[in-house]
Amino acid sequence: MGVKLLIDKANVPGIRTYEVYRREGGYRSVEKALKEMNPESIVEEVKKSGLRGRGGAGFPTGMKWSFIAKPEGVPRHLVCNADESEPGTFKDRYLMEFLPHLLLEGLIVSSFALGANDTYIYIRGEYAWITDILEEAINEAKANGWLGKNILGTGFECNIYVHRGAGAYICGEETALIESLEGKRGNPRIKPPFPAIKGVWQRPTVVNNVETLAAIVPIINMGGEEYAKIGIGRSTGTKLISACGNINKPGVYEIDMTISVEEFIYSDEYCGGIKGGKQLKACIPGGSSVPILPANLLLKTATGETRYMNYESLSDGGFATGSMLGSGGFIVLDEDQCIVKNTLTLARFYRHESCGQCSPCREGTGWMEKILHKIEHGHGTLADIDLLWDIQRKIEGNTICPLGDAAAWPVAAAIRHFRDEFEWHINNPDLSQTSNFGLQHYADPIHVPA
Amino acid sequence: MSEQILFKVTIDNITIEVPAGTTVLQAARLIGGQVAPPAMCFYSKLEGSGGKCRTCLVEVSKGSEKDPRPMPKLVVSCRTTVMDGMEVKNITSEKVLDARAGVVEFLLLNHPLDCPICDQAGECHLQDLSFDHGKAETRYEFQRRTFKKHDLGKNIQLHMTRCILCYRCVYTADQLTNKRVHGILDRGDHAEIATHIEKSLDNEFIGNVIDVCPVGALTDKTFRFKNRVWFLKPMDAHRDCPTCSGRVTLWNRGDEVYRVTARKDQWGEIEDTPEGQPGWICNTCRFDKKEAADWIIEGPREISRQSVIAQGHYAGQIGTTKPTEIFAAVNDGRTPHLLMDIHDESEVNLPNVHLGKIQGPSNGDTFNTNNTHKA
Repeated sequence: MGVKLLIDKANVPGIRTYEVYRREGGYRSVEKALKEMNPESIVEEVKKSGLRGRGGAGFPTGMKWSFIAKPEGVPRHLVCNADESEPGTFKDRYLMEFLPHLLLEGLIVSSFALGANDTYIYIRGEYAWITDILEEAINEAKANGWLGKNILGTGFECNIYVHRGAGAYICGEETALIESLEGKRGNPRIKPPFPAIKGVWQRPTVVNNVETLAAIVPIINMGGEEYAKIGIGRSTGTKLISACGNINKPGVYEIDMTISVEEFIYSDEYCGGIKGGKQLKACIPGGSSVPILPANLLLKTATGETRYMNYESLSDGGFATGSMLGSGGFIVLDEDQCIVKNTLTLARFYRHESCGQCSPCREGTGWMEKILHKIEHGHGTLADIDLLWDIQRKIEGNTICPLGDAAAWPVAAAIRHFRDEFEWHINNPDLSQTSNFGLQHYADPIHVPA
Repeated sequence: MSEQILFKVTIDNITIEVPAGTTVLQAARLIGGQVAPPAMCFYSKLEGSGGKCRTCLVEVSKGSEKDPRPMPKLVVSCRTTVMDGMEVKNITSEKVLDARAGVVEFLLLNHPLDCPICDQAGECHLQDLSFDHGKAETRYEFQRRTFKKHDLGKNIQLHMTRCILCYRCVYTADQLTNKRVHGILDRGDHAEIATHIEKSLDNEFIGNVIDVCPVGALTDKTFRFKNRVWFLKPMDAHRDCPTCSGRVTLWNRGDEVYRVTARKDQWGEIEDTPEGQPGWICNTCRFDKKEAADWIIEGPREISRQSVIAQGHYAGQIGTTKPTEIFAAVNDGRTPHLLMDIHDESEVNLPNVHLGKIQGPSNGDTFNTNNTHKA
């Protein structure tokens, strides 16, 4: 049984209410931070913890916080990125739905560390019912003196506002989120200037993921060094993984980043194996935008070492033979899944969600979707595969925000690892409409007897 | 006054000194020629423009004197400021040329390429760009996105099909006029420039959106289909205008004024007035003053852009008479009449054959066999 720091109390009855949360030891970190620590020591503690951003990029949080500009007389802001829209990722939803006070606790401590008095939770529009849960929790916290003016008699003021987005994936990108929060069209800004210098209303801003901010609570409670002892290498602490796809037990799991991918998929504590005793074909380990990995590269790296569920091990081998931990949206595909169809689904998503600001992403995502659509429906030619490869290459790295990369990577990885499946689709246009390519040499090395 | 800090920047092995805060693109424009990256969305007179079209991508092979690390990705030169000792590769970088060819292809993907019937042809930035960096053939075999034409007020027409979403007109309306009533609706490749619920643009300075538009998406209705720009003779002229600077370029044929635009420099941007203000012109000057008598002509305008308009530019021939129409003379008095109004409907956008169904490159025979019912 791994260490659980975030969601261990999620099953306590009534934990959503303030009374139960407080009785279970909630808001201790606020007391500790505001009374015994100062902003600098909190940032120092977060740096020591080695906490990395849980939204996908994995940037060290302590370092991000230390970048924030502190000009005289200009207010600073903390924005919580709750616009969790990556297909396959639903960890923040779980966290906010069941433990709203944990997020608020983390937000108060982080606001104190950053000197931010007005803090925003930008939540995706589809999470309408969670907005109500958070509003309720904010009212409770306010009534009990954890929010508002003069918290715990220290003179620190903190207000938390929930802002609902209108349902755009692009608004999960931090500068697009800021634009949207300001009431504008959610187009990503061109960086620099970075939000740490000019963010919301041109004021210094830090944007952090829900899980990152929730993880501040155990860091303050147990100390940064203790937190850093959990996990391995530069992947410290615990990570929420939202597992879905063809597995027996889909759901949100908290792992301490030392377990292997094999254990995560097959152990009964986590995913519980592939559904229906089928074989594993491929997996997208970190949300839809990270490269897909075939089973043989998922469980072992290209050099034959065991792959673990952490930042370093999953990205071992770079994009040639590795992937990314990303936001922790673990999508498992079994032998019956068609990679071409899967890639088309992803391409359609990115085409629909591209903001249309910069040309490679605006035009390229649509083009890729049309070609994949053609291949999937049996009208493709072999030249289309090379064309797809060329398009993704010209999108990647040439766009304003990472959405272009996110759209290019899944296509690139699918072609890199499953090129023969694409070719089979093209060479057998009729057969491919009724049957599936199956496993071929991607066979899961661990054969599960039926 | 404090002394201006000068930064040394090397672009394509040419070193110049520019004031701190200059962008790489503007530094490259000081060098000029091929070194200056093309720009479709950046407009130096509009704050916040740039960074969107990605045609001006350059490689920074050395960040600065202090931090010589190269930048990992290609950067947009229009929004990257120079650092002291920076080394930039534009046309000397394979990576840049490859990426730029990709961007041109993307920009042309949904563009109708109806240059033969487009008013912008001849002074179109996209035309120049595809001439310099594009390929002769397209790899795109699907239907292009199309939109209906919209009249934005009585003088401006929006042909959204040609738009490359550079956002210049949005910034112009934002920064030049008090109230912007048009913007971008939707997102991705179905995003469009639109007025919110079909309002017309009727601000006094809104005509400038025609000048900033790099393609033929926004056109002057008083000039539409009247003439090709390369047949016209640009003349610098001015008038005493109560609302604007009144400094314009007249596009004449003989004595007839076909259209009026603001004066543009060699990068296609509005020139500054002698007072140092951008020389935007008002709607009255642009749309209503179409008589030579309204203007005081200063002299022929030098067109230094490499486009086709420079071809028909006969410097020094002021006051030439209107060319005689020879059609009637050679046709024994008969004047040609239009068989079909090509301006209303372009077949380019309504292909009757699904190109995706054709194996291999399509040609006239394929088209004819697939369209026998038409014969």
